[in-house]
Amino acid sequence: MKCRVCRGPAVIDLPRHNANFCPEHFTRFCRDQVERAISDFDMMQPEDRILVAVSGGKDSLAVWDLLLGLGYAADGLYIGLGIGDYSDTSGGYARRFAQQHAEPRGAKLIEIDLVDDYGYDIPGGARAARRTPCSACGLSKRHLFDRAALDGGYDVLVTGHNLDDEAAVLFGNVLRWQTDYLGRQRPVLPARDGFPRKVKPLVRLSERETAAYCIVSGIDYLVDECPMSAGNKHLGYKEALNEIEVRSPGSKADFYFSFLRRAVDRFAPEPGTGDADRADPGVLAPCARCGSPTSTEVCAFCRLVERAGGSPPDDTPARPVTLGRRGGPDPTGTPSP
Amino acid sequence: MMGTMLVRLRNPNREVHADAPVLVSVLLERLDINRESVLVVRNGTIVPGDERLEPDDVVEVRPVISGGSA
Repeated sequence: MKCRVCRGPAVIDLPRHNANFCPEHFTRFCRDQVERAISDFDMMQPEDRILVAVSGGKDSLAVWDLLLGLGYAADGLYIGLGIGDYSDTSGGYARRFAQQHAEPRGAKLIEIDLVDDYGYDIPGGARAARRTPCSACGLSKRHLFDRAALDGGYDVLVTGHNLDDEAAVLFGNVLRWQTDYLGRQRPVLPARDGFPRKVKPLVRLSERETAAYCIVSGIDYLVDECPMSAGNKHLGYKEALNEIEVRSPGSKADFYFSFLRRAVDRFAPEPGTGDADRADPGVLAPCARCGSPTSTEVCAFCRLVERAGGSPPDDTPARPVTLGRRGGPDPTGTPSP
Repeated sequence: MMGTMLVRLRNPNREVHADAPVLVSVLLERLDINRESVLVVRNGTIVPGDERLEPDDVVEVRPVISGGSA
């Protein structure tokens, strides 16, 4: 099997592109796909300050590495979730990547620890709030990533969602015709008061491709998955889609990108009818505790912390956050690029 | 020359012996693993589907689906 570009020995075959690549040209392929996603969806500008949500897994480390390679000023943010050895191990991968690959390129890793900083962990928080662990985790991460991006003066918050993630979410939403969620499933969520701009530069790369990128690039990542996510329904959706993909290569990409081209606008919510989790926020007011936008008096994150017996750190600014796409204070002292 | 090779599987971590030589694609079929959901790694390097694995190779079948197994 030969590389499509140089005819040297290939290390990976990509049936959906009818192509095989050597390590050098595979990394170039990944970079090109990320550049194209950024351009096609107008995700970010070269001068933007970027915060990458980092877990220690393949996707977040790959996207951080790719953005740094493309010349973006991208810091990482890791959140310790208090999930036993798993969190200790994942934090180690994030820190090693930062030391070996990010700091030499002028970027830094910011860390938040749920136990140390907020007095709860995900297993305990989920029990106390009567949520599933994945729900408590998602709620905590969304709030803290948003907050850190705004408080740090970042222009864009990047997540490592890949093509498989997006296709699986779309599959699940279509199965149940959850039209409100369909209307907000885009690779870019614009900034609005209290929420940072959020983008997904990996939407053109599959999970197999992001994992291969890490191996080929010498990025050591956490292979083992979170013990609390075993058996979740998205895993089943991904497996179902991969059964289709192996018979008809390109199906996942067609499913997702055809949705974006032809259907997502049809599900856009009517103005003023949404809530904080939808494309249109409806009427929001600052949370009485932390100042983040919410449709209730106290936001879901603050209620979770309270039920879990925790408390926010003393230096958490309890004020409404009103930061747009650019500008704003930088209380962390993060250096400009 | 027929022989066996050691194959490491994940989630849960385990090891099995498999007949070799064998093509990567055939190994995955025998293990009933969807090629879209894994990478095959030999000596730290990924190998494509038509690569021939030899006796005494140490091979890892690494899942790539978040929350998945191999």
